[in-house]
Amino acid sequence: MLRTKLCGFNLKNPLILASGIRGNSADLLIRAAREGAGAATSKSCSPLPREGHSNPTMVEEGGVMMNAIGLSNPGVDEEIGEIARAVKEAGVPIIASVFGKDEAEFAEAAKSISAAKPHMLELDISCPNVHREGMMFSSTPEDASRVVSAVRKAAGIPFSVKLSPQVADIGAVAKACVESGADCITAINTMGGMYVDAKARRAVLNNWFGGISGPALKPVSLKCVYSIRKAVGEKVPIIGTGGIATGTDAVEMLMAGATAVGIGSAGILRERAFEKIASEMETFMKENGYAKTSQLGLDGRA
Amino acid sequence: MPLPTRAKITASAKENDIVTTLQLEPEAALPSSPYPGQFFMLWLPGFDEKPYSAAGVSPISISVGARGPFSKRLAGLKKGDSLWLRGPYGKGFELKGKRILLIGGGYGFAPLRFLASEAKKKGISATAICGARSASLLMKPAACKTVFTTDDGSQGMKGNVLAAAEELFKKEKFDAVYTCGPERMMGSVARLAKENGADCRLLLERYMKCGIGVCGHCCCGEKLVCFDGPCFGPEILENPDFEKFRRDKCGKRVPL
Repeated sequence: MLRTKLCGFNLKNPLILASGIRGNSADLLIRAAREGAGAATSKSCSPLPREGHSNPTMVEEGGVMMNAIGLSNPGVDEEIGEIARAVKEAGVPIIASVFGKDEAEFAEAAKSISAAKPHMLELDISCPNVHREGMMFSSTPEDASRVVSAVRKAAGIPFSVKLSPQVADIGAVAKACVESGADCITAINTMGGMYVDAKARRAVLNNWFGGISGPALKPVSLKCVYSIRKAVGEKVPIIGTGGIATGTDAVEMLMAGATAVGIGSAGILRERAFEKIASEMETFMKENGYAKTSQLGLDGRA
Repeated sequence: MPLPTRAKITASAKENDIVTTLQLEPEAALPSSPYPGQFFMLWLPGFDEKPYSAAGVSPISISVGARGPFSKRLAGLKKGDSLWLRGPYGKGFELKGKRILLIGGGYGFAPLRFLASEAKKKGISATAICGARSASLLMKPAACKTVFTTDDGSQGMKGNVLAAAEELFKKEKFDAVYTCGPERMMGSVARLAKENGADCRLLLERYMKCGIGVCGHCCCGEKLVCFDGPCFGPEILENPDFEKFRRDKCGKRVPL
């Protein structure tokens, strides 16, 4: 019932561990697969290792989570071994996420990690908490296009591009990515935010800014996915990510236009999250007369 | 979960050459009361934020081994000073059985002392072994019979906690062993417990960032120390990283 096709790969369900959740290690990707994920995305890696930001790197308040982990990663050379083992042992498609400080680094990271034979790549062109380092390439269709074209030349496997919600027209950015050779769009990354502790007279996160995730992000991600679907047409796969915690959330995301659903901080803190979300989706579909996920579309979608 | 809460230091007591135990009073209610084995993320604004085991519940207390820049600053806080905390987080010890043995190395004894007090409330008979390199590094006793060991013999039994535990196992039977301290020590304790037919729980430590199970930085094999632990049972002996590997700040797997 939940079987999903994504960029030529068959997923037992549309639930994909989102990038940045549960780290860079093969063990954690394998665990996500064992716990029921249809595919798993690794935390983004760059050509060189990075320590990321100092703590505090995470705050939460009600449905809002905000992080500035700062793209810590062991570097692509180290990550190759982790991804290769995950590909061998996870039994589900593995999506390797990469980033760089310019299009050359993106291409280099994409080319290097391809040696581990991941099923797909994801380009993180939209991390909101490294602004000062100028790594936001999803701000304009032109910048996004430049990175995508460079990676298209360097990588011989399908790739998705992860976009930021903080743009005037996310549909235009997505369209530019597809026209430059992207196979898939992942939307959305976290949204920039800031918490201040009045008693401390300090921004709570050591980086001052962070990326908002968690349940609070869902209305933003639904709107973005809907806009992207309208812009890129019916054929381009979209991984809808942001605030998805339950089976109903996942159904809503598919209705808004997503092909598959990323599970990140909103959902992952439930014990056996993937299994539960999948079973909630099936229950909803049975109760409401749907036989397969491709039937989930919004009534009156223009 | 709420944002970090400011807490005033209500008391500070030096336990030995490097350990200071702080008592705190959070200004807002915590989401739950800490139980032994759980931890807080302690924040010194403008400086850093790190995980610390709860060392007591009323008042909330934390034992700090002053080793690095953060812990030295934390240990230097005086009555009336503030820190910020979030938590309690993680899965801690569950008390089981009628007779239990607590084995702590260095300031790893702090959460076990908290556990001894909880065991006493429930009428569980506890015996504790508290070890350190020398007398000047020993922690104060728990609310139960406490055997001290020092590597140099400057106080208590000369030798390590394991030797003391072997002696105790010859004379007594324990349903469960709880341990906290250096990882290889805990591994040896877990194997000794197994040989003696006792259940075992230990507290793992890894470099943490988010503290709530999202970022994956604190992984030990496929386990997340902040979310699945920090309390683990004897199955951790089968974990490929236990006693062998940790992740550095970049997330690279490096020898422990």
